[in-house]
Amino acid sequence: MAYETFKYDVLVIGSGGAGLRAAIEASAAGVTVGVVCRSLLGKAHTVMAEGGVAAALGNVDDRDGWKVHFTDTMRGGQYMNNWRMAEIHAKEAPDRVRELEAWGAVFDRTDDGRILQRNFGGHKYPRLAHVGDRTGLELIRTLQDHGIHQGIDVYQEYTIVSLLKKGDQVVGAFGYDREKGLFKIFQAKAVIIATGGMGRIYKISSNSWDCTGGGISIAYHAGAELIDMEFVQFHPTGMVWPPSVRGLLITEGVRGEGGVLRNKEGRRFMFDDIPDLYKAQTSTDEEEGWRYTQGDKNAKRPPELLTRDHVARCIRREIKAGRGSPHGGVFLDIAWIKEKIPNAPEHIKRKLPSMYHQFKELAGVDITKEPMEVGPTTHYIMGGVKVEADTQMTSVPGLFATGECAAGLHGANRLGGNSLSDLLVFGKRAGEYAAKYAKERGEDAVDENQVNEIAAWALAPFERGSGGENPFALQDDLQEMMQDLVGIVRNENDLITSIEKLKELESRSAHVGCTGNRGYNPGWHTAMELNHMLTVAKAIAISAKERKESRGGHFREDFPDKSNEFAKVNVTLKKDGEGKVEVRQVPKSEVREDLKQIIEEMK
Amino acid sequence: MAKVTFSIWRTNESGGQFQNYEAEISEGMVVLDAVHQIQAEQANDLAVRWNCKAGKCGSCSAEINGHPKLMCMTRLDDMNLDKAITIQPMKAFPVIRDLVTDVSRNYRIKKKIKKFKPRNPDASDGTWRMYQGDIDRVQEFRKCIECFLCQDVCHVIREHHLHEEFAGPRHMVYTAALEMHPLDVEDRRKELKTEGGIGFCNITKCCTNVCPENITITDNAIIPLKERVADRFYDPLMKLLSIFGKK
Repeated sequence: MAYETFKYDVLVIGSGGAGLRAAIEASAAGVTVGVVCRSLLGKAHTVMAEGGVAAALGNVDDRDGWKVHFTDTMRGGQYMNNWRMAEIHAKEAPDRVRELEAWGAVFDRTDDGRILQRNFGGHKYPRLAHVGDRTGLELIRTLQDHGIHQGIDVYQEYTIVSLLKKGDQVVGAFGYDREKGLFKIFQAKAVIIATGGMGRIYKISSNSWDCTGGGISIAYHAGAELIDMEFVQFHPTGMVWPPSVRGLLITEGVRGEGGVLRNKEGRRFMFDDIPDLYKAQTSTDEEEGWRYTQGDKNAKRPPELLTRDHVARCIRREIKAGRGSPHGGVFLDIAWIKEKIPNAPEHIKRKLPSMYHQFKELAGVDITKEPMEVGPTTHYIMGGVKVEADTQMTSVPGLFATGECAAGLHGANRLGGNSLSDLLVFGKRAGEYAAKYAKERGEDAVDENQVNEIAAWALAPFERGSGGENPFALQDDLQEMMQDLVGIVRNENDLITSIEKLKELESRSAHVGCTGNRGYNPGWHTAMELNHMLTVAKAIAISAKERKESRGGHFREDFPDKSNEFAKVNVTLKKDGEGKVEVRQVPKSEVREDLKQIIEEMK
Repeated sequence: MAKVTFSIWRTNESGGQFQNYEAEISEGMVVLDAVHQIQAEQANDLAVRWNCKAGKCGSCSAEINGHPKLMCMTRLDDMNLDKAITIQPMKAFPVIRDLVTDVSRNYRIKKKIKKFKPRNPDASDGTWRMYQGDIDRVQEFRKCIECFLCQDVCHVIREHHLHEEFAGPRHMVYTAALEMHPLDVEDRRKELKTEGGIGFCNITKCCTNVCPENITITDNAIIPLKERVADRFYDPLMKLLSIFGKK
């Protein structure tokens, strides 16, 4: 069968911040670029990022610089980070943010007219450039509006099902357009995966529809190594009520602006447990904590601004101990700042406009008057496709990965704000090096047998029709299971059970059916997507079982402490010759001496 | 909880029709939840476009009981549930399937608008200085989530079908964000008058009323743009100056 085929030097799969930044860079290097958007352009999950983009511009506190940002990122990641990525990221983020301004972004300003920066968990100084609480929208729109004039071809509402290979080399991708359901072939000299995260394999998640882990899955099936898949970030503050919005994100910016966490007894429980790693820089005094949020350079930060993994676990502890709020969360209170500043309601609405609207419209709560109810929600995966720090190339020649689907920068836990800067810094690098790679390579035709095989697999659900399994029901079962067994607190028994259950789900997924025709058919799309969701779920469960310690986003109640042995390795997965998951513990590379010294000095 | 009837537009070979579905609803549910529930349990192939389900991406625009709205931000608690709730695709755009419309026209229009062109940097390190008071207005416009509900409700487009003649409210807001950007030095007034067809807007403010981001589209974007265009083309003094090649 011959399908419509498009040829590019560089194909970018994904059109969030990382994909668009990569496409812009590759195109600027003079190669032809195609971008596949699963949704409409500008709708990717980046749009939901709220708090800001971390970059040591030093506009608010001139003591900040790349070394501090680097150290904060490493400490936040519990030193599991790829140190070279953390170094590049800290050094290049300021330029990437300034560049956005040259492309039309309009960040909030300091009094002297520069880009304003705000406090965030785990960042020593005010570091997040932001636009109220809609920074992601500003970022993606700026890249979109700049990108459409760069001669990039954009394929909106196209989905990639699989990569195509010739020998070891990636030579393109197989996908379909959503509108008509027709198969499309993309032939490319280099392919960049920038498909974001996988939150939608969990029941309670802050992630949008796109985040099924599709890119991680197609890379894995093409032979790429995955690392750190056990490190999933559960954001401490998601909405808990009403049920239909459970999991929806509440920005850390609320705490950055002075919001506090309380249990039902009114106690600020975050003061009860401050980890050793952060004792030196965390306040034990409520008044001092408030002064910190208001820019007092001599004050230490309140414990509400500890890293996300820790805050999430403290919240869970309060809820489990029966000290939670009526709907099974805890209280996040920003309204209390009226005791401290005049015109507090106006101030809150200006600093946190979308939080105000979100609660007003979806929960009927006025956050300028009453506290919010919040609880942990699946937010981000630190792990993903293993890449070379400088180039973002994966272990498969010609295949690059960048943004959330790539691993390394964040280690065991990501700091808020480091995601948007990650997209910019490494999106650019992926684009640059993919273009370079493409220029040095000739063109390879795709293998027709591979294409036919994938096409037959993709159409199978129609053959099973209404007699097959309902794909949505299967997806629900997967989300429930992951939430229950591979969530915020894990243990060996649950993980073994989860791996068993995943096998059952996998065999059921071979029987999903769909009805109707190929045009814009969500039942069919879900049937195909299940394969990716199950692949990623399995990778997380297996990696979580392998890491017998607690670190960052990965918490094992049967191994509650950090282990020196596991500190030295990345759990690494690869598809072996028989299609099974090969699990290895791969030693991490030694941190470069000068960087080690920086970490030491800033302890 | 209550059983509610949803009357949802389904396309078929002969065009389409409303089809009734019953769904159990619970406290706090939004219209998109009901559509998802129906899709999962009764109609797997029901086409609906959505992404964030948080009012941030602007994908799930539709007409609910005849009103252009985001499905994810429309709570059922606020509606009369005794009657069937109708959900249909945006009327001003061609339907692809069921609730999904072809909004590609908007992307084509946007691409024609001259891009951002900043003045030279203010500081030697290549950065600019802008003050919060000078950017408040532009930030209001940049809240736009491109849901295209304003395009849908605009009678110039919806009733008079002047798709080619009038760029529509979204693109007026986009142009205003560029024109009023403190750093921008481009001039888009000629295109606003010609290709943009700004004269077609007779400021009925329907767009402002449906904007889920509460952008004051008519008063803050369109009217000031109309004034700029008038200054450029109809001010006698400016007209005289323009003969001598001034902007």
